[in-house]
Amino acid sequence: MVVEQVLFFALGGMLLLAGLGVVTLKNPVHAAMSLVLTFFTSSMLWILLRAEFLGIVLILVYVGAVMVLFLFVVMMLDINVTPLREGFARFLPVGATVAALMAVQMIMVLSSKHFGFDQFAQPAAVTEGSNTEALGLELYTNYVYPFEIAAVILLVAIVAAITLTHRKREGGKTQNIDKQVQVRRDDRLRIVKVASESNEGGGT
Amino acid sequence: MDDLVLVAWTLLKVLLVTVPLILCVAFYTLAERRVIGYMQVRLGPMHIGPWGLLQPFADVFKMLFKELVIPSNADRFLYVIAPLLALAPAFAAWAVVPFSEGVALSQIDAGLLYLLAMTSLGVYGVILAGWASNSKYAFLGAMRSAAQIVSYEIAMGFALVGVLIAAGSLNLEKIVLAQAGNLGFLEWFWLPLLPLFLVYLISGVAETNRAPFDVAEGESEIVAGFHVEYSGSAFAVFFLAEYANMILISFLTALLFMGGWLSPFQGLIGGPLGAPSPVWLLAKAAFFMFCFLWFRATFPRYRYDQIMRLGWKIFIPITIVWIAVAAVLVVTGVLERGT
Repeated sequence: MVVEQVLFFALGGMLLLAGLGVVTLKNPVHAAMSLVLTFFTSSMLWILLRAEFLGIVLILVYVGAVMVLFLFVVMMLDINVTPLREGFARFLPVGATVAALMAVQMIMVLSSKHFGFDQFAQPAAVTEGSNTEALGLELYTNYVYPFEIAAVILLVAIVAAITLTHRKREGGKTQNIDKQVQVRRDDRLRIVKVASESNEGGGT
Repeated sequence: MDDLVLVAWTLLKVLLVTVPLILCVAFYTLAERRVIGYMQVRLGPMHIGPWGLLQPFADVFKMLFKELVIPSNADRFLYVIAPLLALAPAFAAWAVVPFSEGVALSQIDAGLLYLLAMTSLGVYGVILAGWASNSKYAFLGAMRSAAQIVSYEIAMGFALVGVLIAAGSLNLEKIVLAQAGNLGFLEWFWLPLLPLFLVYLISGVAETNRAPFDVAEGESEIVAGFHVEYSGSAFAVFFLAEYANMILISFLTALLFMGGWLSPFQGLIGGPLGAPSPVWLLAKAAFFMFCFLWFRATFPRYRYDQIMRLGWKIFIPITIVWIAVAAVLVVTGVLERGT
């Protein structure tokens, strides 16, 4: 399919450019938007591979929720760009060493005889139904315990993060909506009869 | 050659959906001004064209000929691209919306997920517009909108989980067909999923930043929120996106909870009144579109902390409980699951 190839190369090129942008752009908001584009194009590639569930969930979770909160934080920062570049020469040796190490590791792992396309059998294509359905069936039958345990671990992480950062402030004022709704007229309003000083003039 | 034909045919189909949608947005803005006008005992626009029908086009041309002002110290690139980022997902979501049995741009099985993904992308236009404008009011509007959309997306997603439990499919066409039966409109999902239906409708209003949840614009507090600096055609694009989103939510409510193109008298009476037809879908969507205008003319704006409380402390617990109820209804056979 020519269309598929054209799409693949266009998306792949865009993905590489966007990934490069994440690490090279100076403005953190621009870098974050680059990361959004990276997620988006890689999800397109997954959809090209007919993994539509993973592709759509990548957009839904990472682009739709995680990156929005990320941008939320990054936008509030008042980052001055010039001091960020000052330490570049000083940290260059460390950075270069780490990058080289990572490159070597990846080459060693990926080029060894245990990896590569010829080492793996082509996964069987889902013949009946969509891969959303197939994934759901697998997750909730064969892998239900790992799945549930992963969910509980995530929940623990959420609760831990909230308890670590949440501080109760003294003297803070909060509304109790239930109490507000239950208020009756007699709780707030007192009608006082004031005797008029004189009856002349006919006032009430 | 076949590929070229495929691409051309797909583009043509896309145009067949988007052009009527844009026209619909144009007349929706007019309808909004007329309807709210009547609710406030005045006439609304009535001078351009018969009954004011040409007013939207006059507005569009006025906007197009206005200068596009870019504030000093604004982030030019993001400032210009933000309206497009708001518009693109609002249009892209229509790719999976079916208009009748077998009539849709794409009938993917993960249709509901795709819709959730697309509607969650719309927030980027808003927050980037607010940030790139380099304006306090715009930034405040962007922050409010981001928090609000992220919060209500959860309730909306959970409401949709209820629908897919009842329908047994993520495919929008199958969801509609699962609501077919012999008891007329009582077969539709609004009845067994009534709390989810209401949560979805209200969350839809909040997701589109419409009154009474329009704190992102809140003209009495932060001028016009995220689009305060936008003028001319860029402002028009934001407008287009907002109304396209409202129409989308109306269609989705009709499809997911009100039986889509199925007749409210299905199985009860024969003939054309009892037969499924796209006209039913349009009528239902039009009703929900009217509701958006009705809400705006009726309710005062919610206070920001009340919006958050409603989303997190009321809607999310309701949806979680009702997902369990829906699962029990399906398992016990009270609610017949579609296949």
